[in-house]
Amino acid sequence: METRLRVDDVWKSWDGVPVLRGIDLSVASHQVVALIGASGSGKSTLLRCVNGLVSVDAGSIWLDESLDVTHEKTNLDDVRRRVGIVFQSFNLFPHMSVLDNVTLGPRKVLHRSRDLAREAALTLLDRFGLADKANGYPDQLSGGQQQRVAIVRALAMEPELMLFDEITSALDPMLVGEVLDSVAELKATGMTIVMATHEMSFAREVADRVCFLSAGQILEQGTAEQVLTDPQERLTRDFLARFLR
Amino acid sequence: MSFDVAYVDPARARSRKRRARRDVLIGLGSLAAFVLVVGLVVSQLPGWHVVQDTFFNVDEFVSSFPQLISAFWLNIRIFIVAEVFILIVGIVVALARTLQAPIWLPIRVVATIYTDVFRGVPTILVILLLGFGIPALDLQGVPNSEVLWGTVALVLSYGAYVAEVFRAGLASVHPSQRMASRSLGLSSWQTNRHILLPQAVRNVVPPLLNDFISLQKDTALVSILGPIEILRRAQIDTSMSFNYTPYVAAAVIFIALTIPMTRFADWLQARTQKQRRAAATV
Ligand SMILES: Nc1ncnc2c1ncn2[C@@H]1O[C@H](COP(=O)(O)OP(=O)(O)O)[C@@H](O)[C@H]1O
Ligand SMILES: [Mg+2]
Repeated sequence: METRLRVDDVWKSWDGVPVLRGIDLSVASHQVVALIGASGSGKSTLLRCVNGLVSVDAGSIWLDESLDVTHEKTNLDDVRRRVGIVFQSFNLFPHMSVLDNVTLGPRKVLHRSRDLAREAALTLLDRFGLADKANGYPDQLSGGQQQRVAIVRALAMEPELMLFDEITSALDPMLVGEVLDSVAELKATGMTIVMATHEMSFAREVADRVCFLSAGQILEQGTAEQVLTDPQERLTRDFLARFLR
Repeated sequence: MSFDVAYVDPARARSRKRRARRDVLIGLGSLAAFVLVVGLVVSQLPGWHVVQDTFFNVDEFVSSFPQLISAFWLNIRIFIVAEVFILIVGIVVALARTLQAPIWLPIRVVATIYTDVFRGVPTILVILLLGFGIPALDLQGVPNSEVLWGTVALVLSYGAYVAEVFRAGLASVHPSQRMASRSLGLSSWQTNRHILLPQAVRNVVPPLLNDFISLQKDTALVSILGPIEILRRAQIDTSMSFNYTPYVAAAVIFIALTIPMTRFADWLQARTQKQRRAAATV
């Protein structure tokens, strides 16, 4: 199987405080990897290193074994074209309609014509049950709808890898399901996904692999079954115990 | 009883209405009494007749008014042309100051010096410098119209202020917006252009309107260069009759234009704040 993403001994500190301490991670295409771990363990930082929003201090990150995100000559706009990211707080553009949010990237970055971008966007919105919201504005949508628009906006760039950073953490519990359904649907299409999440049962359902991060290191990883039901490390057990309570 | 309509006890509603009506009457009564007392006191003052004749002379007012209005047309033209160019200068300079790449350092330096210099120098000094200085150079092909150079001076002076307003507006857009835009692969410039600037413009409309109200008044500064705009006109009338009523008439004309604009700016500010509050509760 091809390796879509390979993180190789990545280190990062903020203001002298180490946040990532030698992360190794390899993700094959069509795989879904879940990152779990306490808040502050470095999940967001790791995801942001992968699309170049954060620059690493040491180590390298390879896309398709051919493009090194961390190399100083790499054009990060090229990286971001190929890697989609969705944030906890949606971050839709409030001054644009849903359709414009979704077509902006394809038009300005991929130089698609307005009509072509629009057609593709409408197809995607329809697939995620948002066809009737195309002309609405973000502040007219529920949190769950906004987050699904954010997913569609990232997908419109036709990425080869999707990063999800706790995308249901800011949602009303009633709205979590619809967003998770969208992720499951995406997995069904064969998308490669790395997601930081606190939804353990969902991770168990869709993740091919679960990695437990603790203080900037991957302490334990394996199939969802292994890590979530039979963790080997005491810290993993403690962490999971807090969730199952 | 159904709860899907607002329900107020009829007796309580009546008493609220009574009290509201009483409050209005008390307010109006008190205002009338105040005006009456001030009017009586002022008109009894020993020098009042002289003051009235010098500043509030009805005949002078009526005879100078038409000429003042037609001179004011020049102020309005200066104002409109200056406003358009000020907006352009303001946006361009604000964006120039956001350029990060080292290659743009000269542009950033020029933009920074420009704002520092023109915010520090009094507008009237810039007007004198350009309005008298440039025609004095007697350069070939360079026009020496006072109105032109006066307007350019206003644009340079206000452009620096407005650039700072836009810069603050850009900074007020939440950093997660830039992050989301860059994550889609948009360049720094595209992010400024499509994401940050449009949101910044909305945030700065109220402060911009305030700057434009002040610009409206400052068009009168161009009078020191000689063109017959409203203040110059009033000055001429005054010097011929030794009566200051034309100045008062000019003031009234300025006020007639600024008050609607001030109210509009207040209304817009209140509306923006209301929208923000609504957005914050989502
Ligand atoms: N931009 C930043 N500047 C400084 N410190 C940061 C920054 N981003 C994250 N951190 C710090 O890095 C640590 C890890 O944060 P993060 O990667 O967000 O963890 P997680 O997503 O697992 O909660 C935290 O202590 C956080 O305060
Ligand atoms: Mg996080």
